[in-house]
Amino acid sequence: MSWRETLLTGWSSIRAHSMRSLLTTLGILIGIAAVILTVGLGLGTQKDVSAQISSLGSNLLIVTPGSSIDSSGMRGGFGSAATLTTSDVEALDSSVATPDVDAVAAERSTSLSVEAGDTNWTTTVTGVTADWLEVRSRTLSSGEFVDPDSTSQVVLGSEAATELFGSTDVVGRSVTISDLPFTVVGVLDSAGSSSETNLDDLAVLPLAVVGSDLIGTNPTTVSTIYLKAVDTTVISAAYQEAETLLLNLHGITNADSADFSISSQDALVETATSVYRTLTVLLTGIAALSLLVGGIGVMNIMLVSVTERTREIGLRKALGAPPRVIRRQFLTEASILGLAGGVLGVGLGVVAALTLPSVLGSSIVVSGVAIAGSIAVALGIGLLFGTYPAARAARLAPIDALRSE
Amino acid sequence: MSALLLGHDDEPALAEEDVPGPVIDLVDARKTYTTGAITFEALRGVTLRIDRGEYVAIMGPSGSGKSTLMNILGCLDVLTSGSYALAGHDVADLDEEDLADIRNREVGFVFQQFHLLPSLSAKGNVMLPLTYRQNPGQSARAARRAREEAAVRALDRVGLADKAPNRPGQMSGGQQQRVAVARALVGEPALILADEPTGNLDSSSTDDVLALFDELHASGRTVVLITHEDEVASRAARVVRVRDGLIAEDTGARSFPTAVTEQGATA
Repeated sequence: MSWRETLLTGWSSIRAHSMRSLLTTLGILIGIAAVILTVGLGLGTQKDVSAQISSLGSNLLIVTPGSSIDSSGMRGGFGSAATLTTSDVEALDSSVATPDVDAVAAERSTSLSVEAGDTNWTTTVTGVTADWLEVRSRTLSSGEFVDPDSTSQVVLGSEAATELFGSTDVVGRSVTISDLPFTVVGVLDSAGSSSETNLDDLAVLPLAVVGSDLIGTNPTTVSTIYLKAVDTTVISAAYQEAETLLLNLHGITNADSADFSISSQDALVETATSVYRTLTVLLTGIAALSLLVGGIGVMNIMLVSVTERTREIGLRKALGAPPRVIRRQFLTEASILGLAGGVLGVGLGVVAALTLPSVLGSSIVVSGVAIAGSIAVALGIGLLFGTYPAARAARLAPIDALRSE
Repeated sequence: MSALLLGHDDEPALAEEDVPGPVIDLVDARKTYTTGAITFEALRGVTLRIDRGEYVAIMGPSGSGKSTLMNILGCLDVLTSGSYALAGHDVADLDEEDLADIRNREVGFVFQQFHLLPSLSAKGNVMLPLTYRQNPGQSARAARRAREEAAVRALDRVGLADKAPNRPGQMSGGQQQRVAVARALVGEPALILADEPTGNLDSSSTDDVLALFDELHASGRTVVLITHEDEVASRAARVVRVRDGLIAEDTGARSFPTAVTEQGATA
């Protein structure tokens, strides 16, 4: 009996009980849909996390000033000291000591009132170095970035521009900060706001202007240094290099008493993945249980089918069908059931993947590998749970089978 | 399988005519069933030889061992002891796979309940034995065409060529049994084995089917018919009566002293 005939025979006997077959595939269907969603949610979360990371600047390490120890030996809190300076920035920027650091940007921020005509808006005035745009992954919606050597240029965040001028089309307009006149040369694209800071409510100026002209004290101090690693794989190497270099520059031998701290975006990734992990465990459980129940359903219906078709099996055997052909026939039918469940499950999974993100708020990515894998798993379940019924059919003695009613 | 293939140097159809010797050669056949502590001897030493072209009716009351004999003759069951050669193949020691192949090639069954598959057309049912036959060296398409042609020829022979596309449910009992006879014929078996073939038929259909067996006999086929009706048995040239697991009477029994001694010696 050729494969074609085996398949046609199997298909027609499944079609003969289409309602029953459909219900049988339901378990596998749900299981496979859950698999598609699990994998899709995993990939979607990865995509979301990397999108969030790149919104902050990809491959980023953040150096902040640490505790300082005053003359009485009291140790200040992290971030309280002014331990980072422009010379640290220059050293970190030299590729000799820190080959895995691609670019460096330093910031020094303070809260100041910005005036434009009659309007007065208190915003974060941030002094930055030349690579700031690249390192922070920001872009300009209009104009150009501040020239680091100029003393009268400012770039506004979109919100600050709107608050001051009522629009973001403000290139060429003048503002006054601490009685010093500045010309707006560019406006930043909106970057949204994170929990701590509003990324759009700021005025960006050259670092030197903020340090010496606007703050005045400790003109070489910086509040934050951003390091961009060459790529994600060398983040920890870049971390080591930066730490070693800064410890040396600050004359500190014990890393535990460092007067700065370096953080990466691992924490953010952690949070995102822990949410995803909970969902994955839940969905994997549903998938595994559904597939098991589905498999037992296939076995059950195949046993029913063997019982119902005992006479047919007896006849086929009497006419010369060897046991292996009978076994193959029933295995084929079980596989078709499994496969049908798999295909329908993929369909349901894809529909859910397209509709759920709007409800859940997290993206679900449908991958071709997951689809192919799920269908293979469904087929395998049909085969696995069809083995016992098929063996039973193959073992039936033709005389008894022919006599059964 | 290899042991079997040795006996199949020729096409089965040719083998039937060319190879001499009996179709059925059963010597001292015994069959014992054991259920728990109870053993039951269904056959207690049956020796039966049926030559090519014979038309034999096997009769006996229920419990006589006639069904067991039919199962043995049809290779649906194997002997506990004794020997059985069907169309020259010793089937005593064959496994299930080889028995299936022997049934497929050498036995054409006709059952009391017709046993047609309701989902297949008459032609599909008749083709069934051929789909289980291995035809090495033939493309799938050519094999399928050959099977369809053979099925149409067999249906033509039982006078139902026009019913080829019909399902069993659309046919009368007599027509269904004639389709079953066509299915028994299609593989050119050495033996046509009919188990109460008219048991479920009215008298006019019975006449049709029995006339068909007469024709087959006239054309040189070997027909063994199991029945409890004297009227049906009277059509056959030879009647074998079975009682208590033994042959009680054989109207056509001939003595084959040499053959029996040889078989007895090897068995």
